[in-house]
Amino acid sequence: MEQTLITTMMVNGTQVTRSVPARQHLVDFLREELGLTGSHLGCEHGVCGACTLRVNGEIVRGCLMLAVQANGCRVDTIEGLSDSKELEKLQAAFHRRNALQCGFCTPGMLMAAQDLIRSKGKATREEIRAHISGNYCRCTGYQAIVDAIEEVING
Amino acid sequence: MKAPSFAYAKPGSLAEAFDLLERPGAKILAGGQSLIPSLNLRLSAPELLVDITAIKGLSGIEVKGGMARIGALCTQARLEKSEEIKKHLPLLGEAVSHIAHPAIRNRGTLGGSLALADPAAELPACAVALDAVLVVASRKGERRVSAADFFKGLFETDLGRGEILTGVEFPQADKSVFLELTRRQGDYAIVGLAAVTKGAERRLAFFGIGGKPVLLKPKSLDEAKASLPAPAADLYHTASTKLHLAKVLLDRAWNRL
Repeated sequence: MEQTLITTMMVNGTQVTRSVPARQHLVDFLREELGLTGSHLGCEHGVCGACTLRVNGEIVRGCLMLAVQANGCRVDTIEGLSDSKELEKLQAAFHRRNALQCGFCTPGMLMAAQDLIRSKGKATREEIRAHISGNYCRCTGYQAIVDAIEEVING
Repeated sequence: MKAPSFAYAKPGSLAEAFDLLERPGAKILAGGQSLIPSLNLRLSAPELLVDITAIKGLSGIEVKGGMARIGALCTQARLEKSEEIKKHLPLLGEAVSHIAHPAIRNRGTLGGSLALADPAAELPACAVALDAVLVVASRKGERRVSAADFFKGLFETDLGRGEILTGVEFPQADKSVFLELTRRQGDYAIVGLAAVTKGAERRLAFFGIGGKPVLLKPKSLDEAKASLPAPAADLYHTASTKLHLAKVLLDRAWNRL
C-alpha cells in the first residue's frame, strides 16, 4: 500500500500538487512544503487551536487532518485571508484592543473568530467565548480578544 | 509529536473498504478527531488507514415514523445545526454542542464517536438512553445491534474485525434532558447524563462514571440515587465527588422528565 500519495489541493486560490507522505498532517504540509508558516503548531493533538485552518469553507484543526485527506479540497490559511482583506477589520480591532501579546495564538484565534462573524450577525460575549473556547491564549487572559471580536461582530 | 508512518487508502465503496480492512494492521479513519491525536501521540500504530469518508450514502439524516436514521459519517456539526434533529431528536442536538469545539465538530463524526466508545463521551450515552440500534456492515452482510449490547467496556465495542459501523437508528423520545459537568467548555465530561422519557419509562444514561454508559430505568428519584454504581475516580476527581455530582445531575434532570 502507498505510504506516499500524490495530493492536489487549492491553497489560498492556487492549485498545488505534491507527493505527500500519508503520515504528514496538513499544517506540516503547509509550513514545510509550501512555506506558509502562519498556521502554528502548539500542542499538535487538537487542544490548543493555534493551527486552525479553513477547509472547504469550514474551520478545522490543521494538526488533526492529514494532508492526503485534503486531496481535492479548498484550503484557506491565515495568509490567504489576510491577503484577501477578509480579516482586515478583525486584525485592526485586535491591534487597537491589544488582543495579542506574543502573537502565537493569533492566526488561529482570527480564523476561529472570523468563522463566528461569518455565521452569525450578532453574538453575546458568552457566545464569543464559547466559539473561541478551543483556542488557547496564554498571554492576554482573553478579555481583550473578546472585546475585539465583539467590536467587529456587533458593529 | 509526529505520527508514525502508515499507508493510506480511500475506498469508494463498502466492498472495496472490506477488502482493505483484511490487510494486516488496517484501521478505519473517518473524521480522525480522536484517531489522529492518538497517532500524533504515538498511542496507536496502524499499518494502513482506510479512509471511509468517500463512501456514498453514509452521512444522511432521515426522520420517518418516529425514527431518525443517521449515517455514521454525519458530522457532529451537521447534527448540531440540523433543524430536523432539533425538532425530532433534541437530545442529540444538545449533546453534540458539548463535544469539543466548533473546528473539531466540523470533522468529527457520529459513527466515529460511537465506534471509539470513550467512557466520558456524549454520543454513546445518548444512543443508550434512546435505545438506538446500530447498523454494522461487513462482507457477510448487515447486522443490527442495540446500543446496550454494542458498548462492552472501556473503548471496547461489539465491532469485530472487518466490520464498519454504517448508521444508527434513533427512536424518538417523549421528553429528554442532557446535562454535563466539565472543568472547561469542550472538555470530556466529569459526569454527564442523557435522560429520556418514553411513555411511562424513564431511561437515564450516565457517562463519565464507568467504563461504558450506565443505564438506569428507575421508578423514583430515590430509587435512581440508590441504584447509581460506585464511579471510578479519574485524575482530578475522587469516586465520591463523581457520585455526588451524578446525584446533582439527577436532581436537576428529574423534574424535567
